[in-house]
This record gives sequence, structure tokens and C-alpha cells, in this order.
Amino acid sequence: MESVQAPSDRPAAGKHAHEIVESPAFRTLVRKRWSVSVLMLALLFLSYYGFILLIAADRELVSRKVGAVTTLAIPLGIAAILAAWILTGVYVWWANRKYDPEVERLKGLLRK
Amino acid sequence: MVPVLAAGALTSLGKPTVASVGFFFAIVALTLVITYFAARKTRTSSEYYAAGRSVSAGQNGLALAGDYMSAASFLGIAGMVALQGYDGMIYAAGWLAGWPALMFLVAEPLRNLGKFTFADVVAFRLRQTPVRIAAAVGGIATVLFYTIAQMVGSGSLVHLMFGIPYKYAELIVGVVMLAYVLFGGMLATTWVQIIKAVLLLIGVTILTLLVLFRFGFDATNLYAAVSQRYGQAMLQPGGLVSSPVEAISLGLALMFGLLGLPHILMRFYTVPDAKAARKSVLYATGLIGYFYLIIPIVGFGAAALVGKDVITGVDRSGNMAAPLVAELLAGPAFLGFIAAVAFATILAVVAGLTLAGASAYSHDIYVSVLRGGRATEEEQVRAARAATVVFGIAAVLLGIAFEGQNVAFMVGLAFSIAASANFPALLLSVVWRRFTTLGAVWSIVTGAVLSVVMIFLSPTVWGEVLGHLDAAGKPHGIIPLKNPAIVSMTAAFAVGILVSLLTDEPKAQEAFEEEKLRTYLGVGAE
Repeated sequence: MESVQAPSDRPAAGKHAHEIVESPAFRTLVRKRWSVSVLMLALLFLSYYGFILLIAADRELVSRKVGAVTTLAIPLGIAAILAAWILTGVYVWWANRKYDPEVERLKGLLRK
Repeated sequence: MVPVLAAGALTSLGKPTVASVGFFFAIVALTLVITYFAARKTRTSSEYYAAGRSVSAGQNGLALAGDYMSAASFLGIAGMVALQGYDGMIYAAGWLAGWPALMFLVAEPLRNLGKFTFADVVAFRLRQTPVRIAAAVGGIATVLFYTIAQMVGSGSLVHLMFGIPYKYAELIVGVVMLAYVLFGGMLATTWVQIIKAVLLLIGVTILTLLVLFRFGFDATNLYAAVSQRYGQAMLQPGGLVSSPVEAISLGLALMFGLLGLPHILMRFYTVPDAKAARKSVLYATGLIGYFYLIIPIVGFGAAALVGKDVITGVDRSGNMAAPLVAELLAGPAFLGFIAAVAFATILAVVAGLTLAGASAYSHDIYVSVLRGGRATEEEQVRAARAATVVFGIAAVLLGIAFEGQNVAFMVGLAFSIAASANFPALLLSVVWRRFTTLGAVWSIVTGAVLSVVMIFLSPTVWGEVLGHLDAAGKPHGIIPLKNPAIVSMTAAFAVGILVSLLTDEPKAQEAFEEEKLRTYLGVGAE
């Protein structure tokens, strides 16, 4: 390991680095990455803040029984936790299938 | 009818039993052996701060879960569900909501751009000295408030479970935790987290199965017993989400605070690459989600089987609900195991915090600013160890100084500073080309100052801690919000953007293009 690097001695990637960064393929990759992230984040907000705001807005509704004593709020709480995990899983699934192969392809171009 | 523990008569809680002390020494012995081997592999700064980037995604997932599942969340949420019912579940869901956001926004770029701390990322293309100092102050403030809350909580928990005097409990936590961090660095700290996470998950799983066994493995029977004993209100939302603005603000602090917690962010440097970082978040989210799903069952079980009066008879806040139901269902030996696991949990969380606090000083301030980035490996590791000792001693002294004080608000303060000072600067530096040095510094300062001032003037500190009551005798705050994040985080983003637009830094913009290759492809990542 070397000592802490100053920004100037980052590994120089030469002309190819600029070409890659400016290429349509790279731009598409970055745009897609953030589109997926923002979509996932929106779904997370919908599930989590939707859950909280529903409780705040309509206590009658969530206190309604769905079983002998079980209230609607209980399955909703479980769903809010499961949703967080499922969204994380979907992102990883997308990144492994779509993002990583494109990253490898672009990195391959760089080494030429 | 269900059997009920008579208050004080049947419980061995609060006395050091053979089982609790035995399990505790077994866990400490195992973790110290691991520390010994880790110490032999800890020579360079990369090994000290980042375990030589040798931790696998699965191991890091467990370690992240270990860092996050504190004794406060284990004992506290079980107690909250036992006493207040459903509101504890709302609270539990909030603690998980940050993990997906951590994945979508921060995990991969952080791994690719940084070296040891989140300040590495913020300062990547900006002027080192001002940004490092601001980010390190934000990081140290977060870690310090979180540590005080943990130390004070742990002193009283250990006192309640083992009967050890508060000051000795603080000293034991300090000495054992320092042994891990000082000698074994990040590698030992990681393994301590893994062991603790596994033990905690096993302990809570057994406890959940024991509770469910009593109710024929049907949670609805458990709910029925709770409803019969304490009324249907236990299964309905209570007063936690009475004001939507307050609820959203708490949600924002919990969600985005996670994205600015230095001891969590630091973990992403221990894995080899961004792909492993990504996978480790998935594992951590699964483990933590599972933990928060089953904790309410333990809490409801404690209410139905032990009873609220017995729980509050031992400790008014309800923290002993889980240990009490453990003893009722499986005897003093299992209580001993649960108590030892809770103690190990405290040790592990404080160890992680200490390493994060030490790195913010030694890596960001000492090496990067005072030495201008020119320090030998030997000097860097020596500085890291010195900072670790200082931080560890400070933790013990602060823990003793705040004995008996109401410090619950400090967790909220830590999350608020993390969400308002650390997170906006981190995100803007990754995604926005026009972000400038002054923008970063002012964003961090705004977030940190607003968090501190607004929490000081809130009903929690101004009202409860400082005793200002309104006409109705309720705690009164000059600012009505308990959680400032909705204001402080928004202001930090606004100030960061505004100041950046008013200043111009062509060098930083040029470097942004270069940085992209590293952010998205991992080219040149350490």
C-alpha cells in the first residue's frame, strides 16, 4: 500500500478514458443506473411513507380487524418490512444481470 | 391460564449467575482469540482501517447487520412492543427503511471512490483541507453522540442484567472493546460483529420459537392473548404517528441518517469491490429485516406471558421484557445466554463506533490535512492506534459523566447530523458536476448546526431534559418538532446547491468527468 494519494496521481487512463466517458454506451449506462435507482427509491418512499401516512391519516381503517383480533395494521407493517427487502433484491438482480456485464464490456474496451 | 412470573421472586435477573457469566466469558475469550490472530494480519493502514479489503460479501452483510442491531434495538423495541403494542412495530419498520436507500444511492459509488472514510468521497475532487475538516467534524460529531447514547445505555443494561455497578460496566466495555480495535483493527472488529450478529440472531430466533410454541405456532393466538389481557388497543396504532409532519421527519432522519453513519459507511471499504458491496447490503437488509420482523413477537410474548406490571417492575422503560420472557420460557441458563449476547452486542457496536471515530481523526485530519497526505505506513497506523486509544478513553469518561442522564435524544441527534450534515454532501459530490468546495463546507455546516440547535430547542431537550413545561404540564419546545431532519436536511441540500451555483470551481468540474470512470466502472478503485 502506498501513502494517501493526492487526486493528481490517480491512475492515468489516457485518451481511451475520455473516449469511454464520452461514449453513448457509457452515458446510457450511467443514465440507466440512476433511472433504476430513482424508480426503486420512489417505490420505497411509496411503501414506507405510504404506510406511515396511512396510519396518520386513517386510524379507523388500519385498526379494522382482518382476523379474530388481528388488525389491518399488522399485515401492513409486515408488508412494509418485506417491501424494503424485495426492492433491495430487485436492484441487485437488475445490477447483476444488466449493469455488471455492461461494466465489464466497457472496461474491456479500455484495456485495448 | 398462562403462568406468570411473580415480580422479583422467580427472576435471577440482576444477579451474575453461573450461566450468564460463563457465556459472557466464553464469548469474550473467543473474540480475544480471534483478535490475536487478526492482530498478526494488521500491519498496514489498509489492514487497520479496512481489513485489507479481504472481507467477503456474506461476511460483510453479517458485520453490517451486527453494527446496526444494537442492544438498544433488541431490548428497546421488544420492550416498546411489550408496553405500547403496535407502535413498536411502526418504529421497527422505520429502522429498516434506510437500507434499500443506502443501496440505491450510496453503496457502490462510495466503495469505488473512497479509501477509508466517507470524507474520501466528498473530498475526492474538491479542495482537500476545508472539505476534509468539515466532513471529519460531521463524522466525529455523529459517532460521538451515538457513542455516548450507547455507553450510557450499556452501563445501565449491564447493571440491570449482571448487577455490576455502572462505572465498572463502563470500564469493562471500554477495556475489552479497546483490545479488539487497538490490536486487531478492522479485521478483529469485523469478526466480533459477525459473531455477535450470529449469536443475536440465534438467540432471538430461539426466543421467538419458544413464544410461538406456547401459542401453537399461530401468531393469531398470541395476538388474541395480548388482546384479552390488555385490550384491542395493543394491536392498533397508538400515539407514535399522531402528527404526519413529525412522522415524516422521523422517517427521513432514520432513512437518510443511515446513509451518513460513518461506522456503517466504513464497512464498504472492507470488501474487494462494488459488486461485493452491493451484495453485502442485500444480505444485511435480509438479516436486519428478519430481526425486526420477529422482535415484535418477542415483545407481544413478553406482554402476554410475563405481564406489563412485572416488566415495568424490573425496569420502567421496558428494556428487560425480552430477558424476562427468555427466563420464563427456558429458565435461568437461557436468560444467561441472552444477557451475555446483549453484552456482546454492546461491545461490538462500541468497537465499530470507536474505529470510525478514530479514522475520522487520524485519516482525515492528521494524515490528510496536518501531514498533507504525506505520511508513511508506519506513521499512519501509529496515528490510527493513538486516535483509537483517545476515543476509547473518551467514550468511557463520557459514559461515566452522563450516568443517569436522559441521553435517548442523542441517538436522534446522531441520526439527524448524519442525515443533514454527512449525507447531502456525500450524495451531491457523487452526482453533481457543479458541486464546489464551498458548497460542500456550507452544506455540512448548515446541516450540523441546524441539527444541534433545533434539537436543543425541541420538546425533547428544551422540554423534557431541561424541564420547560407548557400550561398543561407537557414538555414544551421553542421549536415544536422533535426531529429536525425535514428542515435541517432540506436546508443542507438547498445551501449546498445555492453556494455551489454562486462559486465556480473549473478544476472540480474537469475532475468530475475523470471521476465517472471510477464511480461507475470501478477503474482505479482501491
